[in-house]
Amino acid sequence: MIPVEILLVEDNPGDVRLTVEAFIESKILNNLHIVEDGIDALAYLRKEGKYEREPRPDLILLDLNLPKKDGREVLEEIKKEDPLKKIPVVVLTTSSAEEDIIKSYELYANCYITKPVDINQFMKVIRSIANFWFSIVKLPPDGHKM
Amino acid sequence: MNVAKKKKSIELLLVEDNPSDLRLMVEAIRESNFNINLNIVQNGEEAIAYLYKKDKYAQSNFPNLILLDLNLPRKDGREVLAEIKNHTLLRRIPVVVLTTSNSYNDILTAYNLQANCYITKPIDKLKFNEVMNSIGDFWFNIAQLPSMQNNHYYNKKV
Repeated sequence: MIPVEILLVEDNPGDVRLTVEAFIESKILNNLHIVEDGIDALAYLRKEGKYEREPRPDLILLDLNLPKKDGREVLEEIKKEDPLKKIPVVVLTTSSAEEDIIKSYELYANCYITKPVDINQFMKVIRSIANFWFSIVKLPPDGHKM
Repeated sequence: MNVAKKKKSIELLLVEDNPSDLRLMVEAIRESNFNINLNIVQNGEEAIAYLYKKDKYAQSNFPNLILLDLNLPRKDGREVLAEIKNHTLLRRIPVVVLTTSNSYNDILTAYNLQANCYITKPIDKLKFNEVMNSIGDFWFNIAQLPSMQNNHYYNKKV
């Protein structure tokens, strides 16, 4: 079985740790790659510099409030650029502001999820993401899987 | 008298022409615990008319989520998808492509047109139900759906 490749763009260490734990416990065989700011996220996706040999992700989990380059800008660039735009982007953020939800969907986020504050709820959300995107949804085909 | 505020219902637009698939979907939705206001159109032209509030759809509600088949009469699902995702006001609506097609090209095209996700309909009835429940659970319990709040323009005309 080929593992799925996930890119987590998150600067909060506590959230990173919880997400990593939830993916380890999930039934989905996965490789989780982590970058902590918006500049690194785009460098990773464009395979620049030290990311030259990294696989293109099947799914991106993107925080909105990121250092160096904001998550909204990262989202906008991903969704304007071939061949990145086909990769599903799940916005995962503490914000539940109507403005952020609408803006993200208008920038073609594939879905928007507010991080629950409660740890158990957070783990449940990550499990739901893993289950929905990797066992219900058909992900876009990518060269390295063909 | 019960004065408890009722939770606002979710407006769901279902674009599907196959009667047996439609029946399965409607059943699954009715059996779910979600407070859904279900709207059904059976071809691509009707889908666009509904979204633009044309004629008999003048009073239609803005959908919070669209389930879209790809192979539709009159106007193809791919065209409907492209039109939604290029429209200033409509593009925020999440579109779940739900189709029998499993083809490489259809999947790639749908994502490039900014479909929010692509799901292949299972043939087995139980599996179909399971998929419908997963869609409901993910989009209504986990994800946040966009509203038309602060968009007075839509309420008059798209």
